[in-house]
Amino acid sequence: MRDDGTVNRAALPAIFNPEDLNALETALEVRDAYGGTVTAISMGPPKAADILRACLFRGADRGVLITDRRAAASDTLATSYILSRAVRTVGRFDFVFAGRQAIDGDTAQVGPQCAEKLGIPQVTYLEQMIHVKDGIARIRRNFGDGWEVVDAPVPLLVTVLGSANRPRPSAARRVMRYKRAQIEAEVAAEVKAELGSASEDERNAETARRVKELAASGLLIDQWSLDDIGADLSRCGLAGSPTKVYRVQSIVLTKEGYTEIPATEEGIRQMIHELVVDRTLG
Amino acid sequence: MIEVNRAGEVWVFAEQQDGVLHDCALELCGKARQLADELGVKAGAVLPGAQMAGLAERLIAQGIDNVYVIEDPRLAHFQTLPYARVLCHLIEKHTPQIVLFGATAMGRDLAPRVASEMRAGMTADCTDLEIKDVEDPRTKEVHKNLLLQIRPAFGGNIIATIVNYDWWPQMATVREGVIPLMEPDAARQGNIIPEPIKLDDSLFVIKLVERHVEERRVNLKGARVIVAGGGGIGSRENFRLIHNLAAAIGGAVGASRAAVDGGYIGKEHQVGQTGTTVRPALYIAAGISGAVQHRAGMEESAKIIAINTDKDAPIFSVSHYGIVGDVKKVIPMMIKALKERR
Ligand SMILES: Cc1cc2nc3c(=O)[nH]c(=O)nc-3n(C[C@H](O)[C@H](O)[C@H](O)COP(=O)(O)OP(=O)(O)OC[C@H]3O[C@@H](n4cnc5c(N)ncnc54)[C@H](O)[C@@H]3O)c2cc1C
Ligand SMILES: Nc1ncnc2c1ncn2[C@@H]1O[C@H](COP(=O)(O)O)[C@@H](O)[C@H]1O
Repeated sequence: MRDDGTVNRAALPAIFNPEDLNALETALEVRDAYGGTVTAISMGPPKAADILRACLFRGADRGVLITDRRAAASDTLATSYILSRAVRTVGRFDFVFAGRQAIDGDTAQVGPQCAEKLGIPQVTYLEQMIHVKDGIARIRRNFGDGWEVVDAPVPLLVTVLGSANRPRPSAARRVMRYKRAQIEAEVAAEVKAELGSASEDERNAETARRVKELAASGLLIDQWSLDDIGADLSRCGLAGSPTKVYRVQSIVLTKEGYTEIPATEEGIRQMIHELVVDRTLG
Repeated sequence: MIEVNRAGEVWVFAEQQDGVLHDCALELCGKARQLADELGVKAGAVLPGAQMAGLAERLIAQGIDNVYVIEDPRLAHFQTLPYARVLCHLIEKHTPQIVLFGATAMGRDLAPRVASEMRAGMTADCTDLEIKDVEDPRTKEVHKNLLLQIRPAFGGNIIATIVNYDWWPQMATVREGVIPLMEPDAARQGNIIPEPIKLDDSLFVIKLVERHVEERRVNLKGARVIVAGGGGIGSRENFRLIHNLAAAIGGAVGASRAAVDGGYIGKEHQVGQTGTTVRPALYIAAGISGAVQHRAGMEESAKIIAINTDKDAPIFSVSHYGIVGDVKKVIPMMIKALKERR
């Protein structure tokens, strides 16, 4: 965590958010049953390319990484704006699948906010895609105290629960092929390591050559900046994020012997006060 | 985003289903009342739906001043788009400064959609809310009377407090059971304001095919606070004390097997090896000895309070606070202290 309370994601390993695996699986199942292609989109630092490779291993047709320093410190509103621009840039689509929530913040906001930005309806908490017929998706959604089946027209954004399916593992054949898939930044880093003594121009030319080669063999993971997706910069990053972290407190739990509270009004009032102060009680 | 309006009301989305208000909405009314009093403004509730006899009155009894009612047969079942339209329309019209939703399945579907359309800041799953003056560390500008949105993050090891300076309204969803339910006051006065709003048919694109609602189960796993009673409570009548304390603190009711076997409460409340394993922020064990089978289901709780007449009861060995005393005396004192805490 940085001093200003935002999370330094560059310092964290890129992990596949669990419910996003279920979202990917749903997308793959829909494609396998009805045709079409699956594009995996992620926004994050360059090493989030790992996640897109993992998507390719499992069956995605294409990967796109939005990576741009100016997107750092985006809250859910800015993130959903950027992702919606990325979806628009990919082009025509029938479904956008998202995980219900991400495990770092559990906000569950990016899906619905992205749907709003795209101007399309949303169905949250998918448990089962029953079928898609004539542009209508029949979906069973679970809202905790029960479930319902709804018919929703495409284009549609759907958030997917962890209980929806068992994500398929990586396919060995696809791993062999797509472990070489890269984003441009990775190619550039590789060139720099190999041709350290070459001039910048030479290195750029070599990077461009390799990128072209990767693209020709279907192994390039698209790397887009905010300019590439036509994003309004005032709606991205810190500038586009209404929520600010005001304070962060770590909770320290100690449990060495217990505090004996006298069974008196004063003693109990003091205990309740302590629990309010340490935020155990709201 | 709407303009910063210091006279704006504090609003609650009055979630209801089939004419029954959600507990979480009722809890929020008390919080809205408290925040509105601190700000010197009115508390409002937005009540969309179809058949809602008596609901507006109930919201007023829970502390609301103005209930905005949108009645339309097409709103009988929750659907994101028309409900979001209703909220955005009313937010633009009345410019509230705060809009609160329950962190329920419905609230967490609806609130972000509304926040996105309003381009407002929004914090999910808060466990507390406060009003405070906040200085922006970047501009040094002091923002008066902001809403502090307090929530656990990163698996609950961190408490983060979020603010939004000028992107209003300030919006949050609030977890169920973290705000004590206010005693309703049937004599309270308030205004019931019908809001005529035309909802285009194109908003109702999602068709309900089938719906199945399950009996609300005892939500021990999701509870932030659990008040559990054991054999030491002595009788089903005395077990009322446990229910009362749980209500006062905004928690769920748990039990040991002795209490279940004694018929004080149903088996679905049992905590332990053959019951539910729980890990709340606070577990209060009243009249429970602390047998290993019980401890197995609760000793991971973040804070444990034990109340027992026997100072050598094993439950004290896993407690953070121990009160050696009779539950019949101690629990009423706790309820009193909770009511006086603000
Ligand atoms: C296989 C197996 C599985 C089990 N699974 C579970 C399980 O899942 N959950 C579970 O709870 N138990 C379970 N048990 C039972 C467990 O062993 C204990 O019998 C049970 O937990 C006892 O409940 P208790 O402490 O509330 O009651 P008691 O043993 O009757 O203890 C009552 C306590 O209340 C105190 N007390 C009495 N009067 C007062 C008063 N006026 N004020 C304050 N304190 C008072 C007493 O000092 C005593 O400590 C299991 C047992 C077995 C064998
Ligand atoms: N940076 C991101 N890149 C791609 N998808 C994201 C990103 N952030 C959030 N999402 C999607 O939105 C869902 C909900 O995220 P959250 O609102 O953070 O809980 C996730 O499960 C993802 O599917």
